[in-house]
Amino acid sequence: MTEQHKEIIRQGLWGNNPALVQILGLCPVLAVTSTLTNAMGLGIATLLVLIGSNLTVSLVRRWVPNEVRIPIYVMIIASLVTSVQLLMNAYTYGLYQSLGIFIPLIVTNCVIIGRAEAFASKTTPALAALDGLMMGLGFTAVLLVLGGLRELLGQGTLFDGAELLLGDWARGLRIDVLHLDNGFLLAILPPGAFIGLGLLIAAKNWLDARLAARRAPVAKAEITRARITSL
Amino acid sequence: MFAMMRRNGLTLAAFALACTAFVAVTHSLTRDTIVEQEQAQLLLVLNELLPADTHDEALFEHCVLLGNEQYLGTSEALPVFAAVKGGEHQGYAIETIAPDGYSGAIKLVVGVQADGRLSGVRVLNHNETPGLGDKIELKKSAWLLSFDGMELLGEDDARWAVRNDGGQFDAFTGATITPRAVVKAVRNVLLLVSQHPELLAQAPRCGASL
Repeated sequence: MTEQHKEIIRQGLWGNNPALVQILGLCPVLAVTSTLTNAMGLGIATLLVLIGSNLTVSLVRRWVPNEVRIPIYVMIIASLVTSVQLLMNAYTYGLYQSLGIFIPLIVTNCVIIGRAEAFASKTTPALAALDGLMMGLGFTAVLLVLGGLRELLGQGTLFDGAELLLGDWARGLRIDVLHLDNGFLLAILPPGAFIGLGLLIAAKNWLDARLAARRAPVAKAEITRARITSL
Repeated sequence: MFAMMRRNGLTLAAFALACTAFVAVTHSLTRDTIVEQEQAQLLLVLNELLPADTHDEALFEHCVLLGNEQYLGTSEALPVFAAVKGGEHQGYAIETIAPDGYSGAIKLVVGVQADGRLSGVRVLNHNETPGLGDKIELKKSAWLLSFDGMELLGEDDARWAVRNDGGQFDAFTGATITPRAVVKAVRNVLLLVSQHPELLAQAPRCGASL
């Protein structure tokens, strides 16, 4: 693994995370993260489309004239999304119903065309696919954390409805964590998603600041020591 | 200039062709599974309303299409399934729309027995507020079961309303519009069955797709 690979992984998962830093694809992030299962379903669907579109865009980049590149990217993304939608309709019917309109809306998720334009169209297929995978994982991770938090606060469970995504064996995954008579409604509604995402972004910034602070004092300490010896 | 336009146009056309072919192939590969899934889902609901012992002929064999603005909330034709046993009608499962839900239409299936009593009501599709109006889903609350075995005694049956309006059905805390819409839609279906059975008898049969 070269330094370039590591950088792509770091950027996708953390440094340039699509949901926390680029704040792209807000609509699905806020709308479908009411349960962990929905979040996972949409995350995986987006991940697949992202890898597919990055790979395709990178493969055909030599034949795409600069003037018409955007319509071509849109066509590639739209046909990939339609295929994913058909596959989900056929093999994960329950999840397809509970995600509803948000599957076709993956087409409009700016993460996907953003990566195609900014990265995949200028690099080799292998790197583009890796970037798609890492951006997709970063996006899915945020969806999962947000979905888990909202489901926990809103209805006191985790993995409710997992059998829709994973088949009947997953019914046992459901965990009743808290027993709430009346869930915390705000967590389920879109405003709760906004607040939750805001808190996640704040948490990431706080962590980054702490990490930076931990590195900085070391450098400072050296300088002070240097001063002391000079005295 | 024209050479470039021609080149770009041809490239676009080539990509459009390739993308369409890709979608077409996926579609033809998944088409049968999707139809199976939809039928299985519908059958699951229908079998709850018209249990296996009420019919000895396939429900999909006895299906008519009925659209009625007044009683079914839509002029669009919706399927009505009849349970037939030994050549006799044992009941109907009628798809209907409650058009005045809090967030648009609520799609229901109403099971009516031969004696006019309800065998049950199920929600097929809705956009009601999560946590408030979505208690009409059986997954979220048992409210829908309060319809089981109910009957409608004529057009002035005052019991057919939510409790806030003096009727017999509970409303949800913070959401009265949703249950009101459902009660009204179910009441209309019962009116249709009791007062206009000829509409059901005259309706055209479902196409081969169902």
